[in-house]
Amino acid sequence: MKGLSAIIKKELGDHFSSQRFVILFGMAAIISFMTTYMAAINLKEALEGASKPGFVFLMLFSTPGAIFSLLQFVAFFGPLIGIVLGFDSINRERVQGTLIKLLSQPIHRDSVINGKFLASMITVGIMLLSILLVVSGFGLFILGVVPGIEEIVRLALFFVLSLFYIGFWLALSTLFSVVFKSITTSALASFVLWIFLSFFLPLLGDVLAKAGTSQDTNKLTELELVIKQTKIKETIELGSVMALFSKSGSLLIDPTRKTVSSIVVMGPVEKFLSSRFKNPLSLDQSLLVIYPYALTIVALTILCFGISYTVFILQEVRT
Amino acid sequence: MEDKEIIKTKNLTKLYGNVTVVNHVSFGIQEGEIFGFLGPNGAGKTTTLLMLLGLCEPTYGTAKVMGFDPIKEPTEVKKVVGYLPENVGFYQDLTPVETLEFIGEMNSIPQKELKERIDQLLFLVGLSKDRGKKVGAFSRGMKQRLGIAEVLLKEPKILFLDEPTLGLDPEGSRELIQFIKELNQSKNLTVLISSHNLSQVQEISHRVGIMLEGKLVALGSIKELSQEKFGVGDKEYSLEEIYHRYFKGEKDERS
Repeated sequence: MKGLSAIIKKELGDHFSSQRFVILFGMAAIISFMTTYMAAINLKEALEGASKPGFVFLMLFSTPGAIFSLLQFVAFFGPLIGIVLGFDSINRERVQGTLIKLLSQPIHRDSVINGKFLASMITVGIMLLSILLVVSGFGLFILGVVPGIEEIVRLALFFVLSLFYIGFWLALSTLFSVVFKSITTSALASFVLWIFLSFFLPLLGDVLAKAGTSQDTNKLTELELVIKQTKIKETIELGSVMALFSKSGSLLIDPTRKTVSSIVVMGPVEKFLSSRFKNPLSLDQSLLVIYPYALTIVALTILCFGISYTVFILQEVRT
Repeated sequence: MEDKEIIKTKNLTKLYGNVTVVNHVSFGIQEGEIFGFLGPNGAGKTTTLLMLLGLCEPTYGTAKVMGFDPIKEPTEVKKVVGYLPENVGFYQDLTPVETLEFIGEMNSIPQKELKERIDQLLFLVGLSKDRGKKVGAFSRGMKQRLGIAEVLLKEPKILFLDEPTLGLDPEGSRELIQFIKELNQSKNLTVLISSHNLSQVQEISHRVGIMLEGKLVALGSIKELSQEKFGVGDKEYSLEEIYHRYFKGEKDERS
């Protein structure tokens, strides 16, 4: 345990004094600040004179500002934070010849990888929490709305979900840093996977959906065709952690959302219900809807870290 | 003598695929001895050291370091062994004091004692006035001395030094060798030193072992080895001549 705390302490010190942390944090702070400012202004205008709906405070996080909402910001840039903090965690030690020195100290070998991962997670947590708090305080100031208990709980759950989402990318890049001896290779592999899963998989889904239904154009009506295509597309998109996160995150933050599926693929009863009953979902109902998605994110994070842990323990270290 | 053997190996063997890197190596090292570990690059010296530390698992054979099995109780072994790897690396952004503090924490040395030991060690290796500098700005010799301070911090019983004088200037390397000799005498440290600098090894070693292609081909004091290769005589041969004999002998045997 002594070794673990020593490594966590050292890694935290490294993170907070590193330039990359300053850049990352600055970028995240500026973007989230801008996003909420725009969102708050838009909200304020829209709400002028109207009776205030419930959960105004959460709208701060789900309303698009200039281009995207804070939720989308975390979905897009969260992976970047995870990757930047993890892509060189093990192989940098290897390259500079300090790994063997660490391992020849009387500590357990897993303290090294656990300590590094935990320290990075703490860093991500601090970053995320401070951004959420600043945004909340800022919104409080502009909107003048105090968040209710449920809104705070929803925000807290969103924080945990985001932590695991970023944790997945951290674990993935840590895995690459264990497997690849070269720092450049592990960085490249992490970024390629991020770009592929986040940007190209949806495109691929589009293409495959069109290709998969090309035989049916004569047999099906226009509407059936669209439904079938959307179903294929959404199934393929589920391969991307980003889709899992956006879907579950948006339900957490926006109680008026009732389902993760788009309106096209809803069954008739579902469509009827969502147009008929405008009341927001209660927290436990929201959780029930997102639970498979959220659980998948958590499972993927644990799986990814488990693999890097095992590979690292079994690896032979000579430098 | 048997009970004073602080390190003991029996048929230690390491295979990478089909390549035998260390081939049935058996030797024992007495407490308080300086043991010179010789052999060309790639002879398996580092692998043997790593197996003694439990950083690398032997394919077969056993090793005991102060009665501990490096495979089953690596942490116990690492508590008593200070290992200075060849081309040791450092965190460039830390000062020597921070570096030593980090190592000390991993060795569970209490804060107050740690501070005292760091001051003493920095003085001992002559880095007292560079304590505020970043290690990234250190010269090769300073880094090597910091490396020595690092391994001494845990007050080990045994030192494994892998090519400690590599890349040092003649004066620096002479000082280092002298320092190791003093440590051995004042603290009764057992030292296992691998080096290509034969005259220096001859100067400080009580016994030497020569490894060639994974096999330990010679083991004994310089006098014993010179008698074995050159026959009994009054003339004392230098380690250089003996080493060359072994090296040449092995080559001739194969051709």
